[in-house]
Amino acid sequence: MSYYQNIFTQIQATGPASHGIPLGHGNSPRTGKEPMIVHLFGRIGNAQIGPIYLGGLGLASIICFLLSFWIMGFNMLASVDWNPIQFVRQLFWLALEPPGPQYGLSLPPLNNGGWWLMAGFFLTASLLLWWARMYTRARALGMGTHVAWAFAAAIWLYLVLGFIRPVLMGSWSEAVPFGIFPHLDWTAAFSLRYGNLFYNPFHALSIVFLYGSALLFAMHGATILAVTRFGGEREIEQIVDRGTASERAALFWRWTMGFNATMESIHRWAWWFAVLCPLAGGIGILLTGTVVDNWYLWAVKHGFAASYPAVFPPVVDPSTLIQGVK
Amino acid sequence: MTIRRTPSTRFSLVTVALVASAVLTGCERPPIESVQHGFRGTGMVQVYNPRTIEAQAPNNVVPDPIPAVPADGPKAKDVYKNVQVLGDLSVAEFNRTMVAISAWVAPKEQCTYCHMAGEGFESDSMYTKVVARRMLQMTQTINSKWSAHVGGTNGNGAGVTCFTCHRGQHNPSELWFRAPPQVQASRALGNDAGQNRPSPGVTLASLPYDALTDYLLDAKEIRVGGTTALPTGNRQNIKQTEFTFALMIHMSNSLGVNCTYCHNSQNFAGWEGAPPQRVTAWHGIRMAREINNVYMEPLQAVFPAARLGPTGDVAKVGCATCHQGAYKPLYGANMLKDYPVLGRITGSTAGPVVAGPIAGLLGRVLFETGKFELTPDAKQQIVAASRMLAKDASLKVDLSGFTDRTGNANANAELAKNRAFAVRDALTAAGVPQARINLRRPEAVIGGADGSSRRVDLVAVK
Repeated sequence: MSYYQNIFTQIQATGPASHGIPLGHGNSPRTGKEPMIVHLFGRIGNAQIGPIYLGGLGLASIICFLLSFWIMGFNMLASVDWNPIQFVRQLFWLALEPPGPQYGLSLPPLNNGGWWLMAGFFLTASLLLWWARMYTRARALGMGTHVAWAFAAAIWLYLVLGFIRPVLMGSWSEAVPFGIFPHLDWTAAFSLRYGNLFYNPFHALSIVFLYGSALLFAMHGATILAVTRFGGEREIEQIVDRGTASERAALFWRWTMGFNATMESIHRWAWWFAVLCPLAGGIGILLTGTVVDNWYLWAVKHGFAASYPAVFPPVVDPSTLIQGVK
Repeated sequence: MTIRRTPSTRFSLVTVALVASAVLTGCERPPIESVQHGFRGTGMVQVYNPRTIEAQAPNNVVPDPIPAVPADGPKAKDVYKNVQVLGDLSVAEFNRTMVAISAWVAPKEQCTYCHMAGEGFESDSMYTKVVARRMLQMTQTINSKWSAHVGGTNGNGAGVTCFTCHRGQHNPSELWFRAPPQVQASRALGNDAGQNRPSPGVTLASLPYDALTDYLLDAKEIRVGGTTALPTGNRQNIKQTEFTFALMIHMSNSLGVNCTYCHNSQNFAGWEGAPPQRVTAWHGIRMAREINNVYMEPLQAVFPAARLGPTGDVAKVGCATCHQGAYKPLYGANMLKDYPVLGRITGSTAGPVVAGPIAGLLGRVLFETGKFELTPDAKQQIVAASRMLAKDASLKVDLSGFTDRTGNANANAELAKNRAFAVRDALTAAGVPQARINLRRPEAVIGGADGSSRRVDLVAVK
């Protein structure tokens, strides 16, 4: 019994390495000749590493990413006066900040946000190139492009935060800094400035899809593991040829909640939940500041902010009482 | 049925435990107490760590009052000389107040912390006495003018005494200075934009580290939140919000309270449904700002260099100066009732006329041997001086250049002049109009051999 409860792959079938399908015209050769077999990787996934396809898009993407990575890294290092020890100690605090509000959408001096723009440009180029690589690789294998479009949903959220919304607001300073803690401070400040993102319905939807994705992932993963002893891990075959694993799994969910997804549709559920999380989130961010200035007041206006009994004696904004003091 | 653990699952459990404990070291261990103070389900709770409160308690014990003495009899101003503030007290009450103040501020040195041994009590030769007199005037002003924040004489709160901040120490333990500018070897990259270092002032967050200058010294706009559902022209930006956030973290940390102590959890910017403490806090911000501008900044020239901050600025007060981690300083204990003279304005309200060795010294800019180029430190000082000039339009500034005694006298005279020119140009660049800057040749340009002779003095004149 415990055999099926193990969190690692127990049996690793090893055979001749798979070199994949022959690549057609216009493809560069794969990197590396003979794939490696690594037992530890086999514990969590496939033991075979490579061959890797780099190609022009992959190479360009890596170069752009490294450029943005170095711009961020060297700015952070310079911000602690080139002290490597302080760089390591303070790494989580350091950041490359976007331009100040005084620059609007103009090109600021390098040290006042110019580097941020440049890093953002190269990071965006890197992401888009990587997206194109995912798309063309999927096509080269004759696959659908579902992965590329799911990735595009994440790129949408990234672009809204760092490019589309700042452009609509007319100021680069609205964008997110590159840094670990600083981007979290930015997030808190964003909600403070725009009246509590809790009342942003797209933020709420995004959270539904985020938590929903986790729930679906847990339900599906658990179901498949639970019927592994009946061959349940061959789920894709069972889309067209339902075996006892598939029947048992389906019956289990009908018993427990009256409805079951199929071996195929559960993957559509998972894909749409995952994709809708950044899509809805991106819409919520995009509307913030551009068409809604205070989400709480907006929710009051549309009648879905709960109102609670007064607990405290009423207070009046003192700046409205004292003339000339603000 | 037993679960067989392979060595690798055991290893992974150990790893998970180690990672989890590493993550949790950033947290306070339970039990933590949470106290509801708003409507249920709205998150209006205060979270307390009982161990923090316990550690704080000894710092909030109030000393016993000195027994009362007769209020009649000869007045202090008739018996002692140079009593500018408390002269109308009876001698007995005056002495009782002095004894109390010395116990609050200098329990070890007592009288000699402010009065030079061997000189009369009337002598103002020690800077501590000049500061102490100003602080007396400040305490009286706080209690009589700022009752909206401290209760004080006209309110029903505890008011403040010297002990509220000092707690038996020469300097209150929680003061703040302007943050030194970022050290940047390169001007081409690495600008931290005034934030992103683990700064103690904002509880080690990466929020702006010098936000108190903007709000408790300057009067920059604190309010950033939208006040209408749809955009109607509020141009406050997320970066400005981070500065406001930093001020709020200072307040929260100073009082040992959450955001919801003052704010309605639904809408931080809104006043409807906000706890009344927010009004008290609003007045507190204005009070701290007045204290810093009216009482602390003008004392900058009185303090010796050792008492000044990293950029040569005077110590300033924030919320923590009085509160020291408690929601009310000393948990709201009323010490003022035993020393009512601190609650009303008596005598002079004027600040010190002779400020330090040179009256009205705004700043002293030092130079390297034989050079008249401004150091980064010098530039910082000049900017500080320009801020003070910007505050009072009636002030002008005299610049006097000096050199040390090495080198040729004619060259030194030229050098002193060039140093004054360099400071003048920097002041102009900092926004001080030419008309308010006078170049004044000192009687003795050439000083001693020490570094303090290579300088330009910036002296304020009316």
